[in-house]
Amino acid sequence: MKNSLLSFFLKIEPDKKKSPFLHTLYDGFFTFAFAPNHVTKGGVHVRDGMDLKRLMFHVVIALQLCYLFGTYNIGQQHFSALGMYEGFLEGFHLKIFYGLVQILPLFVVANVVGLGIEFFYAYKKGHGIEEGFLVSGALIPLVMPPALPLWILAISVAFAVIIGKEAFGGTGMNVLNIALLSRVFIFFAYPTYISGDDCWVAGLEKVDGVWTASYNGFVTGILNPVFESFGWATYQNGLAVVDGYSGATPLSLAAKGGWEGVLTRFTPEQMFWGNIPGSIGETHKLFIILGAGFLIYLGIASWRIMVSMVFGLVITGLLFNMWNATPAMDVPWYQHFSMGSFLFAMAFMATDPVTASATNRGKLIYGFLIGTIGLVIRVLNPAYPEGWMLAILFMNVFAPLIDHFVVEGHIAKRKSRLSKLANS
Amino acid sequence: MNRGKFLFLSLSLLLSSLTEVAAQTNGEGSQFLLNILFVIAALVFFAIVIQVSDNLMAIEAKRTGADKDGNHFGLMPRFYELVGSKLPAYLKNEKVIISKKGFDIPLEGKAEAENLKVSVHRFAVNPANFKGISPIPKVLVEIGDSVKAGDPIFYDKSQPDFIFSSPVSGEIVEIKRGEKRAINEIVILADKTQQFKTFEKPNIATVSREELIKSLASSGLMTLFLQRPFNILPNLDVVPRDIFISTFDTAPLAPDLGYALKGQEIAFQAGCETLSKLTSGKVYLGLDGNGDSDAESIFTGVTGVEKYYFRGKHPIGNVGVQIHHIKPISPEDKIWTINVQDVAIIGKFMLEGIVDQTRLLAITGAELKHTGYVKIPFGASINDLLSSEEVTAEHRIISGDVLSGTQISKDGFVGFYDDQVTVVEEGNNYELFGWLLPLDMRPSVSKTFPGTLLGGVASAANTNNRGEKRAFVVTGEYDNLLPMDILPQQLFKAIVVNDVEKMENLGIHELVEEDVALCEFACTSKQPLQSILRSGLDVIKAEG
Repeated sequence: MKNSLLSFFLKIEPDKKKSPFLHTLYDGFFTFAFAPNHVTKGGVHVRDGMDLKRLMFHVVIALQLCYLFGTYNIGQQHFSALGMYEGFLEGFHLKIFYGLVQILPLFVVANVVGLGIEFFYAYKKGHGIEEGFLVSGALIPLVMPPALPLWILAISVAFAVIIGKEAFGGTGMNVLNIALLSRVFIFFAYPTYISGDDCWVAGLEKVDGVWTASYNGFVTGILNPVFESFGWATYQNGLAVVDGYSGATPLSLAAKGGWEGVLTRFTPEQMFWGNIPGSIGETHKLFIILGAGFLIYLGIASWRIMVSMVFGLVITGLLFNMWNATPAMDVPWYQHFSMGSFLFAMAFMATDPVTASATNRGKLIYGFLIGTIGLVIRVLNPAYPEGWMLAILFMNVFAPLIDHFVVEGHIAKRKSRLSKLANS
Repeated sequence: MNRGKFLFLSLSLLLSSLTEVAAQTNGEGSQFLLNILFVIAALVFFAIVIQVSDNLMAIEAKRTGADKDGNHFGLMPRFYELVGSKLPAYLKNEKVIISKKGFDIPLEGKAEAENLKVSVHRFAVNPANFKGISPIPKVLVEIGDSVKAGDPIFYDKSQPDFIFSSPVSGEIVEIKRGEKRAINEIVILADKTQQFKTFEKPNIATVSREELIKSLASSGLMTLFLQRPFNILPNLDVVPRDIFISTFDTAPLAPDLGYALKGQEIAFQAGCETLSKLTSGKVYLGLDGNGDSDAESIFTGVTGVEKYYFRGKHPIGNVGVQIHHIKPISPEDKIWTINVQDVAIIGKFMLEGIVDQTRLLAITGAELKHTGYVKIPFGASINDLLSSEEVTAEHRIISGDVLSGTQISKDGFVGFYDDQVTVVEEGNNYELFGWLLPLDMRPSVSKTFPGTLLGGVASAANTNNRGEKRAFVVTGEYDNLLPMDILPQQLFKAIVVNDVEKMENLGIHELVEEDVALCEFACTSKQPLQSILRSGLDVIKAEG
């Protein structure tokens, strides 16, 4: 089987000169299916089995629980806004399929646009397709609100990949985190789609001043008949939300009413277990912690960044608790972990090795400052109550500077050691 | 001690600030926090009570004499017994350097501790083997000449006193020339019974340094030294700051050097004494501290040298790593290194007046039917060495180890500095989803492979590149594999952008290729780190 597949692949290889674009495409898919037959030359004779593809794939594996729960939670939040199916298993098929209807287009658009641009640049530059977008393409849908229009996503991904990455030279050369760059593009260009109280629950439309359920033709035309044939419950257009409904996230409640304000709608357990509105992948805290633990255990993501980020958050949180001047400051420091996207940003965003500090000591400083600055933005910024995206992008820019000072310190230490030796 | 106090202080500060916060905040959350604090306080209190009573018991045991052997008598383990690595008894009063960095690549095909029966007829001296020799040496022999072991073959034109001598006695049968009349190999057909040129024996006790250098240079034994920085043949007019010897090799499938030197105690001692004449400083010996029992007595028993024990994984056996921990090289320093087997060769020369460059050569690799050792001079023919093996184009023959050895053809000869020949499989095949689901075992530092997760299952590695070259993406990867206080990735980037000042500041002169070979092995981006380092060293050398 393997050999016939291999010979089939080798037979259909397009000519590199006649159709370079096809060849680039072919090369990308072929090296994905088959590890190439290159052997070592000069230098070491035996190489470690780890390569960039494998590394990135393990990050994607670590994200899978977030994908699973994110898909479910899109449906869950939608129906809880309508006051239906509050229990975990009630209307399970409706929630899962509704989640899939929302998340699959986001995933497909993000990857088609991003990979398309990667392929084009690889062909233009005449080198192989690199796997950098593998992780970005998996991260981008998870950091978006579920109701995001696809055209905005497409523009933001194109912006992030072209301006953020290819302009700097491709995989490994970018200064800013690609996934966050695409998110911040939306944040500045189309702010109403990614901030405020109305964007975190999918499938609601304002009709005559009242939010009502609204489904597209695929849901009513295809899914509903299928569910009917099984005798299951179906989606119903035009249902109004429950009285007093608001799509506010814990963070916007905290910004207005402090910890008391959060408790009026959410319990701490609910926030930890992810049954809250928010970006798709950020809500279930245990699954993110499991993903982070997986990455740390395998040595793929830096524990230094994660640990120092936690310290940054704790210390800043304690200071705010002592200060206690605004409602947002009285949120207990340990509750900041379960609100918003701190853990997701810590596990998957700040640890991007290309944009983080490169030195071990630099990573500690980098993570600590993200924890500090992110919480300052979350607590003090009245317009947008979440800080990690901006804090990480800000520190991405400063990471080379941190490294510079760490390296200078290292050089000074080396010099003093040598001069001590020379004098002894 | 200071560190412990610092930890204690910061912990107590943190605890008190937590209580402060807990006392100030109201609501259900603070109750939870207070509960946690009470539990912690209770635990600390009980721990203190138990610790104090335990110490009292230990003191009492010492007073009454129950504690005769000086062991700790308490119930509780001492803190360092819990966290510190347990040092075996023989290291208690020695200078020990411990490093947690590094990685031992588990490979199949280690040399069995037995001598293989092979007969080697052809030997070759290859000028390109010698590191830092000027391009075309002056050859002193012609085809058809017969030479004795120790007879001069050629000299370096930049240092005419620096003789390169014949490893064996026999007839010069071939002088292979390459491009621009460069000399590739001078092939010698060895006699059945070896004859040695006899030299005047210098008296170790009375000989002056100048005479000693002259005598070693004219017999071709100065070639055994390498000079750092740059890892090149030494300058005869340089007096090295110190001389360093590593007595163990941690590279994959490396020979057991204690086994190699068995029975040569006297020659080794004489060699060490000779070395201490050559330097203005000291001779340092790096000993293997990894074993449960002490290193071979030939190394521990030698006198007149400074001994340091090293505990850790590869590349801790590299002399460069040991120098860094004993006394690092500054850019102005010149130090010499020498392989441990070559010390005995020099010793033999001092005692008997002959140049007998016979070393124990390890024949290793999972692809071979028989692995083991061969006692043989340098430059042995691979064809003769592996005559009983079926080595085909599907195999790669390496003179040296798989990390920093040189690929040679079947018609080639073992390199001058190498005490190991490794045969591995060529990995020039496609593998379905090879990056994702490897179906056969492969060495890796990454825990994403089951073999590594299980604690290093040995495998028969092949030479597949395991992926394509990429830009530097992963950070901190090299730091865990280089047991030196050096920032490797920053150094490599400085070399790539040709920033000479930064290279020097980051310590390029402390490194040679073999030290970064493990980083190259593990590099996720498949960067050629050894050749990057060499290009940097060449730039620094050219700058002067």
